[in-house]
Amino acid sequence: MAEKRLDEATNTETVGHEWDGIEELNTPLPRWWLWTFYATIVFAIGYCVAYPAWPMISGATEGVLGWSSRGQLQNELDAQQAARARTVAALADMPIEQLPDHPELMRAAIAGGSAAFKVNCVQCHGAGAAGSKGYPNLNDDDWLWGGDLKTIETTLIHGVRQPGDDQTRQSMMPNFGADGLLTPEQVGQIADYVLTLSGKARASASSQQGAQIFADNCAVCHGAAGKGSRQFGAPNLSDAIWLDGGRREDIVAQVTRPHHGVMPAWGNRLDPVTIKMLAAYVHSLGGGEDFAETPAPPDTQPTEAE
Amino acid sequence: MTSMTERHKTLEKNVTLLGIAALGAVVIGGVVEIAPLFWIDNTIEKVEGMRPYTPLEQAGRDIYVREGCYVCHSQMIRPFRDEVERYGHYSLAAESMYDHPFQWGSKRTGPDLARVGKRYSDDWHVQHLKNPQSVVPESVMPQYGFLADNDLDVPDIAANLTALRRVGVPYTDRDVKMALADLKAQADPEADAGDLEERYPKAQVRDFDGNPSRLTEMDALVAYLQMLGTLVDVDGAAAQEELASERGR
Repeated sequence: MAEKRLDEATNTETVGHEWDGIEELNTPLPRWWLWTFYATIVFAIGYCVAYPAWPMISGATEGVLGWSSRGQLQNELDAQQAARARTVAALADMPIEQLPDHPELMRAAIAGGSAAFKVNCVQCHGAGAAGSKGYPNLNDDDWLWGGDLKTIETTLIHGVRQPGDDQTRQSMMPNFGADGLLTPEQVGQIADYVLTLSGKARASASSQQGAQIFADNCAVCHGAAGKGSRQFGAPNLSDAIWLDGGRREDIVAQVTRPHHGVMPAWGNRLDPVTIKMLAAYVHSLGGGEDFAETPAPPDTQPTEAE
Repeated sequence: MTSMTERHKTLEKNVTLLGIAALGAVVIGGVVEIAPLFWIDNTIEKVEGMRPYTPLEQAGRDIYVREGCYVCHSQMIRPFRDEVERYGHYSLAAESMYDHPFQWGSKRTGPDLARVGKRYSDDWHVQHLKNPQSVVPESVMPQYGFLADNDLDVPDIAANLTALRRVGVPYTDRDVKMALADLKAQADPEADAGDLEERYPKAQVRDFDGNPSRLTEMDALVAYLQMLGTLVDVDGAAAQEELASERGR
């Protein structure tokens, strides 16, 4: 090993290694780097004092600031809650029937409902609330259970066919085909007839057969003219809106073994104000209805398209 | 200063000494960083409601792991406002106490699933697993329709439970003995579930995949998904009070 010496060209000390005449200079660390390094050590000490750091016997050191991630979250949520408190309190006191009389509150509710919709509802009803096959479109004025604010709120609270909620929207179309109540031929005739209701097909011999079977089996819920009934959640079959598809094979499949969609009961997941806001938002999408003065008697057909 | 760097050179030039010193440094680091996790209250907080997975849920969990769902979905809601507003209450360590392996993670191509249970209908889950784009057009999730075609094939569910028991999941002897019966009964509303719901509180018993005549992998996976995050009542007033009083993290 060579002796340490000063390098002639740079006047820097060598580290004392030498390999085949190649030597290494012992260049000191840049001062700025060294001081930054010392500063990080000082910072770390300060950090350990101020914030939770060292694990001890029963818990970590708490730090003199008393900070915790959960505490910070709670502060943020509290601040947000405080900012919304007035509107939320007003909404909580406001019966939903009177909401339309307070345009400012209604606007706030729709904005809040829009945010809550994006978190909870878009997975089924779609980002634009247009739904998809099996999941209702909320933009149109075709309502299975009714489209006024109160009715939408009830549907939100109790859901549709939600197991374990005894006030949930319940409608069960029988498995006409699968359970042998009707023969496949009869099911086909019904499908032909149903297609004529909305003008998708012309009357034929088959559809005339289907008309009689429809009157015997289907009219009790869907109405004699196929306009549906909200009391039973029976869809209107005479319009251009089809929840489970409007092709002949879709209708045959639906009569054979109906698809029964389920919507969760949100009453035990979301607070009442959020549900009220969601109802206002859905109502605002385009199909919202005014409150009916007197509910239509159950066995007459609704006059307007459902 | 100079003498210290000189002495340090002895360490640098003796490989045995360096090895021993390096081991010492790693051991100290390990003891300080890892060991306390096994006893400090922060990491072993007890929460009410946690129970081991039912055999069907466990089978679904195995499918979840087999299909690599964890590659895109985490199961850990962090205590940030944006996460709490989207996914629900932040996750507690105890909620994964029976997970072997746990499903935390930090990569989310899809949403966090820690509290997905009971959020959607079974129907939705089945349709979404078969064809995710039919309900979420912008989704990049692959299609898992084959799960509905595959019979749930668990060669020895009791052995699975026994293995988990050995690593600390408190299955009772009866749980292990009844494992196969439990597995079948949970997905079959017609069957007599026996004391399944007593041994596994909040267990959901029904046909999950929309095909009551068969027990498929879809049944198991949906049963698992529908259970996620539903066991602990984190929003309960008492739970909130306790969480708020915790410090040091």
